[in-house]
Amino acid sequence: MSGARTWATARRVLQQLGHDRRTVALLVLFPSVLMVLLRYVLDQPERFDRTGPALIGIFPFTIMFLVTSVVTLRERRDGTLERLMTMPLGRLDFLLGYALAFGLTALLQVGVVVLVTVAGLGLEVGGSVGLLVLVAALDALLGTALGLFTSAFARSEFQAVQFMPLVVMPQVFLCGLFVPREAMTPVLEAVSNVFPLSYAVEAVAAIAAGTDQNLVRDLGIVAAAALLALGLGAVTLRRKTA
Amino acid sequence: MDNLSATEVRGLRVTRGGREVLSGIDAQIRAGRITGLLGPSGSGKSTLIRAIVGVQRISAGSVTVLGHPAGAAVLRTQVGYAGQTAAVYPDLSVAENLRYFAAVRGDDPAEVQRVIDLVGLGGREKQLASRLSGGQLSRVSLAVALLGRSRLIVLDEPTVGLDPVLRAELWELFHRLAGQGVSLLVSSHAMDEAERCDELMLLREGRLLFHDTLARLLERTGEPDAERGFISLVGNMEVAA
Repeated sequence: MSGARTWATARRVLQQLGHDRRTVALLVLFPSVLMVLLRYVLDQPERFDRTGPALIGIFPFTIMFLVTSVVTLRERRDGTLERLMTMPLGRLDFLLGYALAFGLTALLQVGVVVLVTVAGLGLEVGGSVGLLVLVAALDALLGTALGLFTSAFARSEFQAVQFMPLVVMPQVFLCGLFVPREAMTPVLEAVSNVFPLSYAVEAVAAIAAGTDQNLVRDLGIVAAAALLALGLGAVTLRRKTA
Repeated sequence: MDNLSATEVRGLRVTRGGREVLSGIDAQIRAGRITGLLGPSGSGKSTLIRAIVGVQRISAGSVTVLGHPAGAAVLRTQVGYAGQTAAVYPDLSVAENLRYFAAVRGDDPAEVQRVIDLVGLGGREKQLASRLSGGQLSRVSLAVALLGRSRLIVLDEPTVGLDPVLRAELWELFHRLAGQGVSLLVSSHAMDEAERCDELMLLREGRLLFHDTLARLLERTGEPDAERGFISLVGNMEVAA
């Protein structure tokens, strides 16, 4: 592993984004647009206070999962990954380069969505807003790591996009957004205990509520899950292929 | 292995998707020469090339490059490779692409401009790769393979789709590199490129039919050019079989 090569990869990914203004605009602004929409669908501030924080965790997770799956699939398909594998680039340089670039992008995305939600839509945040941004960015990193890993199993962009309902939606259903996790049947609650998004959402909700109950544990679990997914992603990156 | 060989292939077999793509290849690619890897599409050229640059899983045999097993870490800055597709980032400019690959290889940043000029793309540094013509795009990919003065440069069909003038210029470049001691392995499905190579490897259906100079091919088959020489070899093999 090399810091210079990891950074070169991150800079390259950011340059690619830089040339794609439309994607940047969608990445940075669209979660905020959805939040505004949700605020008026729910109509009452109390209901928004209950649902809003969870979505601050879910949006960046979902979007980064999708973006990462498609981008890494493109690397495999266009031969750029194969070419990099003939060069002195470590597998972790590649993965961490992506994680760094998308982590920074997520920070921007989450910063905007938190600003709009808190200042514009009046979401009550009991805890630190800065911490909320950091935790939501960590959720995005989890999405990136899972996207890097699952893209190894997709043969086309079409399949990669289909992993969204497969990997992301069950986690969203069971994370406590619709029904509190404690109120689920024991089987579903057990499943939700395994999904990392549950802890990501719990952490965001805790900060919004101004409690730091389980916060350290939750963040530890999210970070560990992201690292595990990156590690599994490294295993799926092979220098020699069939 | 003697010092004159850049790559040594022994009993190489590769199976892909249940089909044997390479059925026992033995060959020595000599240093400081241009070896042309010729054969129809589907003959296994790309698979052999991928085995030499160390990204192809093989089922038997060995590939030794510059004294090391193919794909060894020490080779990663000594072997330049351009695959059949232009493996560059379409959403980056010409210079950004090369800067990234140069950074990954750990090359001097001055290499970027040198290779851009070598492939005749000076003046297009800031253009996005996606806005280039097919021929220009394949030259960006070629430029990546030329970064950092590798000792072995492996190019899979680098001249496909180029106009004849450009093709001639690239072959001149390859000869200049060989003159500096670089070994080149260049594949093509166009038999007329045979006369530009120092040595030929003729591949068909995963087997090496011939490996020597063009002059020897013509002598052996009594034909006037590489294309007819190839057909004659295939004919003889089928009679023998």
